[in-house]
This record gives sequence, C-alpha cells and structure tokens, in this order.
Amino acid sequence: MTKRVVITGMGVISPIGNDLSSFWNNVITGQSGIQTVTRFDVSEYPTKIAGEVNDFDPEVYMDKKDVRRMDRFVQFAVGAAKDALKHADLDLTTMDRDRVGVYIGSGIGGLSTLEEEHRKLMEKGPRRVSPFFIPMMIPNMAAGQVSISLGAKGPNSAAISACATGTNAIGDAAKIVERGEADVMIAGGTEATITPMAFAGFCSAKAMSTHNEEPQKASRPFDKERDGFVMGEGAGVLILENLDHALARGATIYAEVVGYGMTGDAHHLTSPAPEGEGAARSMKRALMSAGLAPEDIGYINAHGTSTGPNDKFETMAIKTTFGEHAYKLAVSSTKSMHGHMLGAAGGVEAIITALALKEGILPPTINYEHPDPECDLDYVPNEARKVQVRAALSNSLGFGGHNATIVLKSYEEL
Amino acid sequence: MADTLSRVQRIIVDRLGVDAAEVTLEASITEDLGGDSLDSMDLILELEDEFSIEISDADAEKIKTVGDIVSYINSHS
Repeated sequence: MTKRVVITGMGVISPIGNDLSSFWNNVITGQSGIQTVTRFDVSEYPTKIAGEVNDFDPEVYMDKKDVRRMDRFVQFAVGAAKDALKHADLDLTTMDRDRVGVYIGSGIGGLSTLEEEHRKLMEKGPRRVSPFFIPMMIPNMAAGQVSISLGAKGPNSAAISACATGTNAIGDAAKIVERGEADVMIAGGTEATITPMAFAGFCSAKAMSTHNEEPQKASRPFDKERDGFVMGEGAGVLILENLDHALARGATIYAEVVGYGMTGDAHHLTSPAPEGEGAARSMKRALMSAGLAPEDIGYINAHGTSTGPNDKFETMAIKTTFGEHAYKLAVSSTKSMHGHMLGAAGGVEAIITALALKEGILPPTINYEHPDPECDLDYVPNEARKVQVRAALSNSLGFGGHNATIVLKSYEEL
Repeated sequence: MADTLSRVQRIIVDRLGVDAAEVTLEASITEDLGGDSLDSMDLILELEDEFSIEISDADAEKIKTVGDIVSYINSHS
C-alpha cells in the first residue's frame, strides 16, 4: 500500500524575502523583487534587471570554511534546507537518518564558479584552477552538501530539467516517500545564475525582458505587453513527510502532495510544443495520478514566464486540460514578483501553492494591465484573493521540452 | 621568518577557518588543522600566489606542517 505524503516544513531564499513569513507577506501583497543588477556590470547587456537575493549571509547557516567551498547556488540550498527543517520542527539527531533523504536540483549549477575558474585557466594556465572547481560547480552538489551538512543518509539525488527542475525534484521525492523508501525527503530547487555568461546566453536567445527603466514592472506574465522573462535567483526547499510519521510527532501539515505528472514535448530545444500539448499532457497525467477530476482543481500556480510563447501556450494547455472549467479556476504567475528562478522556480512555487491552500489566499499576478486576447483566463490580476480552494496544481516547463506538474491538496483526514 | 609566518598564518586562518593561535610551526595541516586533500592543494595555490613562487607537486607532497611551509618559502623566495 502506498503512503500518503504531506508537506510539514518549508524554507525559502528569494528576491522577495529570505524567510518564509516575510516572503509570504510579500507574495500576498504583490511586491516585486526585481531591480537593476548589482552582481556584475550590465552596461553592455540589453537586459539590465533581475530578481537578486539581497542581504543573504551564508555564515548564518555554515562556517566560513564551508562558505568558501560552496557556490552560491549550494549556499542557497543549504540555507533553505536548514530553514525548512526548523520550520518542520524536525531534529535529525533524534531520528533514523537512513530514513531521511535529499532530492534537490539545479537547472544550471555553479556557473559563477565555472566563469571564475575558466578566467584563471585562460589567464594563468591549468595549474591555477582550484581543486574545488569541480565539486563546487556540478549541479548535484546542492543535494550532496545538504546531506553532508544535515547528516541525511537516505535516498539522495538531484533532478536537472532546466526550469522544470524544482517540480521534478519534488514530484520524484514525493514518490520515494509514497513507496515507503524514506520517512522524510528534503526536496526542492536552487539556482544562482545572475552571472555574465548566463545573461549573455539568455540575451542572445532574446528570452529576457529589456524593460530596464521600470524593473518592477518588467515581469508581466499573461499581459499583452510582456516581452520576456526576468531572471531570479534563490532556493525553495520543502519537507515531504510520510503522513503517519508526521501525525505521530504532531507536526503541522501545510498540504498533501497527491499527484505528479511529467512529459516531454519531443519538439524543440527551447520553444514549447504547439498549443502547449506537452504541458497539457503533463497536467492530465498529474490529475490522473491524483485521482482528481478537472473540476476539483481551484487554482493553478502557472509556469507563466512572461515570454510571448510560454504564456500563450500554457493558457492553451490549461484550456485543453480543463475544458470549460479553465474559465472557472484561478491561475496566477508569481514570477511577476520573484522573477523566473529557473531550477528553483518549482521549489518556490510549490511553497506558494501549499501556503495558498493552507491560508485560503490565492496570490496575484502583478503588472497585469493589458489583456491579451490569447490569454483569456482568470489570472488573479494584481491583488490577492481570499478563496479557500481544495486542490491546486503547480506547473513547471523547461528548455528541452520538460513539462512537470504537481498536485497539492488541503490536508483532510480520510 | 616572523613576517613569512604571519602571512602564512593569515592564509591558513582564511582557508581552513581555524584560530590563528592554532597555526603554530608544529601544526600539521591535515591532522591538527582539519584540512583535507582538496584544502592542501588549494593552500599550495594560494601560497604560490601570495609569495610569487612555484611549488612542484613533488615538493608539495613533502609539506605536512606549517613549519614545512615557512621553511620552504624562506628557502625559495
């Protein structure tokens, strides 16, 4: 018999807050975390804005020596994981640590480390490259370092599926708990790619917004004037726990993970499949695995990147999946506030979806000003809405044609 | 000598996160100061930069203590 999986803790490092309560408060009051980039000189780049994590001090979470051995994306993951455990009120030292696992992915990995060490290689030769280069740069190291710093010895892996990473990690981790292979999985996504190379690449691909004059208005998912995504950085990590284990220790339950679906577009390296058919199949699979009907879903936390094609095709995919009900449910993209956190997006957005269910508040899509006839759903424009929904989806769609959807539900005893 | 030691101490304190008082001439990088094989290599690179010298792999393998570092630097720079 499969186990029920519940969310009992969450930790977040983001452009709109580095602790859960200020983060959630910013989400429901519609605050933008987008600003002019300060991490490097953007004067020669067409895009000069991003959602940077401000005031993050890694030494709050680890000693100085460990800070030096971790790329920023790993520091974010360790910070968010420690906060999530604390939020869940879990103490690993009193548990069977073989039953506690980690599943945290990153879309890109330690790009700033790669850039710095590559500079050394070019300027000073191969002998000058740091022995920490490889273990700092490889994208699985977030999962590795979180397990090392917490002593979590159970199942350990990392999803790497571009912007679908966080959702894949959570879905895959939930399956591990469901199969009874762990009592607790620490799962989510992390990313830190506000770097010259990442910006150069995304700018060349014409994927990012150039709305530089008003940074806070640049990320405008589903709005007719949208002109590309705005990069964010940070991490979102959740504690997924076997329901019986959570009940036995009297844990607070925020939501239940009831479904997971993923598909491949088999279409193009960056463009979504026509009509978002891959995303539609992902949502259908997720609903089927949850045993829920389309009418049971009250809210979708959309991928909603603020690029022309994504928002149009994701809207079509929602209509394909939900039929007439597509016009009755609420859809919002919180990327309008925290930007597109790439591999961390699914982690952060799962946290928002769980809190929306727990608190009975649907987060808004901010900067929604100009309706687009091709995007004609209820996007919860500009203001949060007090509505208690029973079940919700969170979508993440990535370069490579990766589509992933999780289904969360308010916790109810059966 | 004293100047070399204080510069070496500063680097080791920074890289290994130890207290300066622990970085004595007798202290072993791996056994007393908690450095692993990656730290040791990293330290060699840092020392090469700091003192503008080149330490061959064969010589690097012989360096075990803070005192070894200081005397190597004093005889090669």
